[in-house]
Amino acid sequence: MASEAQDSTGYIQHHLQNLTYGKLPAGFERHDEHGQVHVLEHSEWTFAHSSEEATAMGFNAIHVDTLGWSIVLGALFIFIFSRVAAKATIGKPTGLQSFVELVVSFVNNTVEDIFHYKNRMIAPMALTIFSWVFMMNLMDLIPVDWLPVAAAKVTGNEHLFFKVVPTTDPNATLGMALTVFALMIFFSIKEKGLMGFIKELTLHPFHSGKIYIDIFLIPINLILETVSLIAKPISLGLRLFGNLYAGEMIFILIALMFGAGLVLGIFGGVLQWAWAVFHILVITLQAFVFMVLTTVYMAMAHDTGENH
Amino acid sequence: MNINLTLIGQSITFLIFIAFCWKYVWPALIKVMKDREDKIAAGLEAADRADKDLELAQKEAAKKLHEAKEQAASILDQANKRANQIVDEAKQQATAEAGRIKTAAEAEVEQMVNRAKEELRGKVAALAIAGAEKVLQANINEAANTELVNKLAAEL
Repeated sequence: MASEAQDSTGYIQHHLQNLTYGKLPAGFERHDEHGQVHVLEHSEWTFAHSSEEATAMGFNAIHVDTLGWSIVLGALFIFIFSRVAAKATIGKPTGLQSFVELVVSFVNNTVEDIFHYKNRMIAPMALTIFSWVFMMNLMDLIPVDWLPVAAAKVTGNEHLFFKVVPTTDPNATLGMALTVFALMIFFSIKEKGLMGFIKELTLHPFHSGKIYIDIFLIPINLILETVSLIAKPISLGLRLFGNLYAGEMIFILIALMFGAGLVLGIFGGVLQWAWAVFHILVITLQAFVFMVLTTVYMAMAHDTGENH
Repeated sequence: MNINLTLIGQSITFLIFIAFCWKYVWPALIKVMKDREDKIAAGLEAADRADKDLELAQKEAAKKLHEAKEQAASILDQANKRANQIVDEAKQQATAEAGRIKTAAEAEVEQMVNRAKEELRGKVAALAIAGAEKVLQANINEAANTELVNKLAAEL
């Protein structure tokens, strides 16, 4: 029983580890597959063979699976949409074109409802976010073992780490959220000027108009506004990550049941189907939420706010 | 679960995809959709206009038809009047002609009667004289008798 529990833990941990390529520091003790230890003389760029190695790499590492899948999926999105855009006709839209136009008009309507300023970048950005995040989330519906096992067979390394859902990696979601954050600050300063941006941080929400009271209010405002400003990208990124990570985790737990006998396996199959159906809603909703919140943040950045 | 360079990689990827979408995907699709909307709007407007045109044309046609009917009726009326007039005229002419022919015929008949009377008178005188001669068997002064007989004959 103990080894079975060990197996389950190992299975789960294996599924939660990204394929990491990074720089191992000098003096790191590597364990190879034969259990021998050799100490690195120089720091070395290599694939991590265990989560300890991945942790030891620190910031100087790249999750190849996360980045690879997000680039493949993003490229697929751009490829399909730009091909349709190039071939699009004014006449009756058919097949793929009508689907693409459906998505585009849905995003366009949503953005027009939320964002009332002149910026031609926001709507394309919202479309990119919606489609890309949706496709990355969609990877969650592929049974958890298919692609990792296929990758292990192809490379011949059965311990290969391979996470196929980029949005279950906080690097991916926070990377996008921080980009949104950077764009927010960029547009804030562009629309309001640097002074306007600083004023927004210091003279809100408490403002008396008398200098000797404001002196005391400014620090309070600054703390409040800074916290709410920084909370935006963090919550944006972590919301998506949390939802998808939890969904992935449940798929992994269900997948554990497949190895536990026929009855439990069939029950697991039913559960997997039910959870996948429910998850279709989650992945769409999370993609939509990420898009809407990004648009809302952009609208806030553009809001020069005459009523102080 | 480690935060590492993937974060920055994902940011750059994100920005590149946004740029692509912004340049090559969004404007083309939006333009096509906008153009189609305009085309549909124009089509609907044209259909509306055609409907109105049709209605106008139908009204116009009905009006024309009505006018034509009226004209035809008036022409028919005039023709009838003219025909009546012609018939009347012809009747009058015929009556006049008939009168004229009758008068001429009457005159001729009178003439012929007169001539016959004249002839008869002459013959009656001679006959009377011959009769009287035979009756009397006498030689009578022909001149005096002739005068007498002529007087008799004039009395006829």
